[in-house]
Amino acid sequence: MTAPMPATSPIRLHKALTRIWATGPGWQRLAAVNHSVVGIRFMVTAAVFFAIGGMLAMLIRAQLATPGSAFLGPEIYNQIFTMHGTIMMFLFAIPMLEGLALYMLPKMLGARDLAFPRLSAYGYWCYLFGGMILIGALVAGVAPQSGWFMYTPLSSDVYSPGINADVWLLGVTFVEISALTMAVELTVSILKLRAPGMTLARMPIFAWYILVTALMMVVGFPPLILGSILLEMERAFGLPFFDPERGGDPLLWQHLFWLFGHPEVYIIFLPAAGALSTMIPTFAQRPLVGYRAVVASIIVMAFLSFGIWVHHMFTTGIPHLALAFFSLGSALVAVPTAVQMFAWLATLAHGRPRWDVPMLYIFGFIAVFVCGGLTGVMLAMVPFNWQAHDSYFVVAHFHYVLVGGFVFPMLAALYYWMPHVTGRLSVHRLSVPAFWMIFAGFNVTFLTMHLTGLLGMPRRVYTYLGHEGWTGLNLLSSVGSFVLTMGFALIAADIFLQRRFAPRFRRDPWRAGTLEWATPTPPAAYGFASLPRIDVRADSLSPFDIGQQLAAGEGYLGMARNGWQETLGVDITTAEPDQIVILPRPTYLPLILALVTGVAVLSMLFKVYVLAILAAIAVAGLFVWGARSSGQPVDHGPLPIGHGLSAPPHPEAATSPPVLAMGVTLIADGAFFTSLIFGVIYLWLVAPNWPPPEVIEAGLALPLIVAAGLVAGPIAARGAAAALRGKGSVMPWLSAQAVALLTTLAALVWLIAVALPDPQTHGYAAASFALLAYVCLHLGIAGLFVISNANRLRSGHIAPRRDHDLRLTRAWQDFTALSGLIAVGFVVILPWLVTG
Amino acid sequence: MIAGSTALFALMVGLFALVIWRPHWAAQVSGRSWIIWGGLVLPALVLPPLVVVSLIAGERLMPSDAVPRIEAEARQWHWTFRYPDHGGAETEGILHLPSGQPVDIVITSLDVIHSFWVPRLAGKMDAVPGRVNVLRVMAGAPGPLEGLCAEFCGLDHTTMRFDVQVHDPEGFAAALTTPVFAPPP
Ligand code: HEM
Ligand SMILES: [Cu+2]
Repeated sequence: MTAPMPATSPIRLHKALTRIWATGPGWQRLAAVNHSVVGIRFMVTAAVFFAIGGMLAMLIRAQLATPGSAFLGPEIYNQIFTMHGTIMMFLFAIPMLEGLALYMLPKMLGARDLAFPRLSAYGYWCYLFGGMILIGALVAGVAPQSGWFMYTPLSSDVYSPGINADVWLLGVTFVEISALTMAVELTVSILKLRAPGMTLARMPIFAWYILVTALMMVVGFPPLILGSILLEMERAFGLPFFDPERGGDPLLWQHLFWLFGHPEVYIIFLPAAGALSTMIPTFAQRPLVGYRAVVASIIVMAFLSFGIWVHHMFTTGIPHLALAFFSLGSALVAVPTAVQMFAWLATLAHGRPRWDVPMLYIFGFIAVFVCGGLTGVMLAMVPFNWQAHDSYFVVAHFHYVLVGGFVFPMLAALYYWMPHVTGRLSVHRLSVPAFWMIFAGFNVTFLTMHLTGLLGMPRRVYTYLGHEGWTGLNLLSSVGSFVLTMGFALIAADIFLQRRFAPRFRRDPWRAGTLEWATPTPPAAYGFASLPRIDVRADSLSPFDIGQQLAAGEGYLGMARNGWQETLGVDITTAEPDQIVILPRPTYLPLILALVTGVAVLSMLFKVYVLAILAAIAVAGLFVWGARSSGQPVDHGPLPIGHGLSAPPHPEAATSPPVLAMGVTLIADGAFFTSLIFGVIYLWLVAPNWPPPEVIEAGLALPLIVAAGLVAGPIAARGAAAALRGKGSVMPWLSAQAVALLTTLAALVWLIAVALPDPQTHGYAAASFALLAYVCLHLGIAGLFVISNANRLRSGHIAPRRDHDLRLTRAWQDFTALSGLIAVGFVVILPWLVTG
Repeated sequence: MIAGSTALFALMVGLFALVIWRPHWAAQVSGRSWIIWGGLVLPALVLPPLVVVSLIAGERLMPSDAVPRIEAEARQWHWTFRYPDHGGAETEGILHLPSGQPVDIVITSLDVIHSFWVPRLAGKMDAVPGRVNVLRVMAGAPGPLEGLCAEFCGLDHTTMRFDVQVHDPEGFAAALTTPVFAPPP
């Protein structure tokens, strides 16, 4: 091992770090894992999808401009509005906020990168390929056509034959996998990779917003992924989860969808609000007023948003009491929103407000979003909802919320942070007229739609007759939307000009108070040449001075060591450095992994299941292979990190990022499992055509073998960990674990194949099949852990002081045992209890 | 409701303008007071009355006592109406309603989810396969109205409309004894 290189000059440090961190030129860019690169890719790709979604909206408005238009028929129109909604929600809004968070967070938190760069890159490729599948289907004329929420039975194989609906289910799930990886990545990075001294209570407010958003994604996306998988199983293999004739229930889909779909709106809004809470203090020239109140309101909002999904289902005939409850809950969300609004107003009131282009867009946000919020409160009132639901009033409402609450803040953010990306100031020749065109065009388009809706125009109709009194309003909306589009075109031109011709600046052009402006601009691959210590709230710093000190290597880790990509990990609560996180170099692995995942998705789409299974096995193999050399093959002990402190590399630390990531993953998995259990209970209690004609005949022996096997797994995993610690022999324990896994798996397969009634016959059998398959999948993954452990034990990557693999395995085994016992209980004991 | 919303909207935009142009004036109120008054007191004043009024109004739309029933059966892409109180009379694509008399519409579907909506009569209700939903309506003066399917239901969702004819009591009985299968001229 070489001694740390003395930091002689900023230039030499810059060169040394760049050699270590930079992504290679040409084709090697495909191997990029750096958060700045991946973050920008996310945002640019999302912008392209926004343009495509916008084009589709223009087609919609062209068709509806006049009554009886023959421009688009219903086949095409239905695909277009479905794809418009799907693209805007899944391919534009979510990835855009992920990209922003990816790019910004390490810089705001004073870290050099995120915790799992390869995971970010994998997430990006999954997003890109999933999006390409959807766009490809649109071009081929086989795009989904059942609306962006894909209500069953319309989206089932009976009423939507063809691959259109499969494209949605598989393509969107592919993109969701990406969203989940991002959520894990962001949560762990915020909790672990901060500058020393930056406790949670000192984090810049944006990090709080993203932390809550990421946790919401962790629990919010699994219900949708579950719903999509169940619906795809119904479509492909005839398992009747949603078919009322065979003991399924179409409303189950709606519950699962909105369990995700309502929080989704807040998942989109919160990061935008985080950007606002970062920009407004800069322009008010003082730190945010009511930091704690804002943090509290974000958390309250997150909880409330999960409680009110049913408000999208007020017209489905649910019980009165439930209606009252959800109506109240929906109205309550106004409170945390108002708290944030007034915190922003108070910040401006107590500062010295300065007017600039981002502020103009922030004004647009306030005007438009408040309006959307107020119509939202109206819609939360049941009688009004029954009138306005599924009319153009609703279309107007959610565009006020989404465009007001996301697009305007993102445009403000664009003008605010673009100089960071390009290193050039923004000159506002086009940005001001562009704003007024967007603002006026938007309001002409959508204010009008409130009225069209109140006059009874339903949404999702491809034409109207002309005598209803909607004609003039529709024409006005269409004209407005073209003004709106021209505004966006101006912005695109403006950004292009800024990139090419605007003047350069040195550092911190807005006199902001957050750390991202302390990096070089455009950012260097390594972010910070050395890492700061933060002793005050991290939104009242002076980045200009800090930036100079850090570039001179005066902070922590201001050196190049062993060619390692180093950043600091801190204790979650005290924020004292407790490890050096050594990050992976650029690699093609994420791209290859995403390509193989894509093959799996495509072969499911075209129903080549053999290939799908092979690809899935390849994915599993690549995961194990990719993990083979993670971490360190030897112990290093504590290493100096500067300022007289030292810390061990992360494999030797108490809580390393992978350990936390496992925790977060298990929360997501738990949300998935809870949704599944919710579905099973829902079917038992509410679905028509129950009880089932025949139930499982499991006997006693098989369930007992399964239960014993499930419990044996964690015991063996603990044995392995103890043996490692006591320097005993680990291999026998791994073998025992493998035997337990295989036995359990065999017993489960037997249960499914022999004891369970044919899953195609009834919702009961289908749900039981889903539960047991869930357990099988978890056992299989536990098997991968065992293989990887054996492998890494041999290569010395697992050692008494580097035992994280075994801890991960134990956590996974515990979860598998717990969920497995519950699942088997539901399958075996519940029918016995109910049928006597 | 519209007036109240406009007032709130004006309040928010007005406050924004105020803090931008007259920050000194607005700074007299402490940060804490801004958040407490605007974030907690304001919603506390506005929301409860709104929720209570709406819940009461909502209960009125919800059937509890017995009134005449009419069945509305949806399928891609038609409506069939049956009148059990009138010897099982059945009409296609046209709904006959008595004026000034509450009626329960019993809504079902044979295939996908549809939604029963007559914009001029308050309320709409989904037709969910495997389920029976009830919506109480009361029509005003006799005359024609229009109804439509309000939940996207596939290819011809747009044209899944129906006519509504509101009759005085005698006319209502008469319309159902002479079977009318086509909309009246
Ligand atoms: C660029 C300006 C936009 C215009 C002119 C526009 C226009 C429209 C119109 C006319 C519809 C109704 C289609 C129908 O019901 O037949 C619609 C639906 C929708 N829009 Fe937009 N939109 C725009 C931007 C956005 C944005 C930025 C988002 C989200 C972030 C969005 C999300 C949606 C969704 C989710 C739907 C529902 C699709 C469905 O019914 O399945 N739109 N849009
Ligand atoms: Cu319909």
